[in-house]
Amino acid sequence: MKKVMMGNHAISYGATLSRVQVIAAYPITPQTQVVELLSEIVADQKLKAEFIKVESEHSAMAACIGASSAGARAFTATSAQGLALMHELLHWAAGARLPIVMANINRAMAPPWTIWSDQNDSLSQRDTGWMQFYCQSNQEVLDSVIIAYKVAEKVLMPVMIILDAFSLSHTYESVDIPDQALVDKYLPPFDYKYKLDVQNPHTYGGLTTPEWYMEFRIKMHEAMDQALVEIKKEAVAFKKVFGRYYDTVDPYMVDDAETVLVTSGTAASTARYAVDQLRAKGNKVGNLRMRVLRPFPFADVREQLKNAKKVIIVDRDISYGYHGIWAQEVKSALYGHSQVPVWNFIAGLGGRDIFPETFYDIIAQVGKKKKPDQELYWVEVKK
Amino acid sequence: MAKDRKKIDFKKMEELPPMVMSLRSMAANPTGSWRNLKPVIDLSQCIQCTICWKFCPDAAIDWIDDNPVINLDFCKGCGICAEECPKKCIEMIKEGK
Ligand code: SF4
Ligand code: SF4
Repeated sequence: MKKVMMGNHAISYGATLSRVQVIAAYPITPQTQVVELLSEIVADQKLKAEFIKVESEHSAMAACIGASSAGARAFTATSAQGLALMHELLHWAAGARLPIVMANINRAMAPPWTIWSDQNDSLSQRDTGWMQFYCQSNQEVLDSVIIAYKVAEKVLMPVMIILDAFSLSHTYESVDIPDQALVDKYLPPFDYKYKLDVQNPHTYGGLTTPEWYMEFRIKMHEAMDQALVEIKKEAVAFKKVFGRYYDTVDPYMVDDAETVLVTSGTAASTARYAVDQLRAKGNKVGNLRMRVLRPFPFADVREQLKNAKKVIIVDRDISYGYHGIWAQEVKSALYGHSQVPVWNFIAGLGGRDIFPETFYDIIAQVGKKKKPDQELYWVEVKK
Repeated sequence: MAKDRKKIDFKKMEELPPMVMSLRSMAANPTGSWRNLKPVIDLSQCIQCTICWKFCPDAAIDWIDDNPVINLDFCKGCGICAEECPKKCIEMIKEGK
């Protein structure tokens, strides 16, 4: 069934179709509507789930950790400062190997106070052990929630589904709502081998000496390597049932492109429009949309960028005193594998729109230069 | 109520559960020497409510023959049991006296 819906509600539908059993959330703009709709669905008894009202995001994640430990499929959603407040428990969820799925609506960090989009909130949680999937459409948001549980429960690591504030969260698009029976077949109930059980009591997460701590970390890293395999497997499996394909990266006219614009989130759809216009004028440009940040798809990135003469990474985020965060990631994947010069542009922070003109400006700035003469470039900022 | 606590032992990587479970690492780490106040229960006042047993953050209270018994090898002397006891029948006494 097709329905016109905003990105926030696409998340709620994704969670409902995944038959989540525990939802714990605290409202924060622009995420609020995700849990608002979920609370209605639960109250109307269309979804058999516990809806736990909590007093902060820290508690929301704590409740999800408890629920997931007990073997329930747990879900939450947040944004920006709310995600930052969860930070300690993000480490706990991953370290405890709990397949929690959370949606994060990308919103810039304060101060200065803001409600608009950029990716610094989720990217600063890069090293917590959560998988991160960045979406470009409301359809992808809904589908990604379902796929996320499938992958998470296989490898026992949590997943963050990420979408841009407003340009997805509050933008209405036509979304196909998959048939519940098909989703049930694709995503069977969560059967957790290590769950809390009063008949077989255990303590979890106890003091671990240097003798074994590292081995638990190796296990997490191996789980992430396995997750990469599972993501690619599920891309095929999901397509077979639902007809839509979600790989780690999403290339557009990359094969013969001399210049590849690397983007993530909704900036990709704008970049693709710009690519078409630039190509019409004979400029061989392509776009590589990064969908998965963790586990990082090294091989796919190297493969997609192997023919490029110039790579331009457009970041909607920044690591102050360094590069944009996607630029660090992609550059390190290329190092030792490719001689291609890499430019890094910072655009669209704090919800500033990224227009096709933004990309024309970037392409013009790179022009005929053989290599970058600065570590990073700001685009469309006041002089 | 006291159950034999299972220990999950591992010698090799394959034996590791995904997260650490019932490692019993604290069993080999007696923390009783940290204590400078010692809880003493007046069992004649005790109503066997199990509140001290539940509240002890170090699980240093055992439940033996229907009564709470402090395990002084592990009790750190924090006084939480004495504070929470509804009958106020746990007294914190200075060590060495
Ligand atoms: S003093 Fe503290 S550690 Fe000792 S038995 Fe009472 S609650 Fe437990
Ligand atoms: S809390 Fe007090 S009354 Fe209750 S079992 Fe412990 S010692 Fe007895």
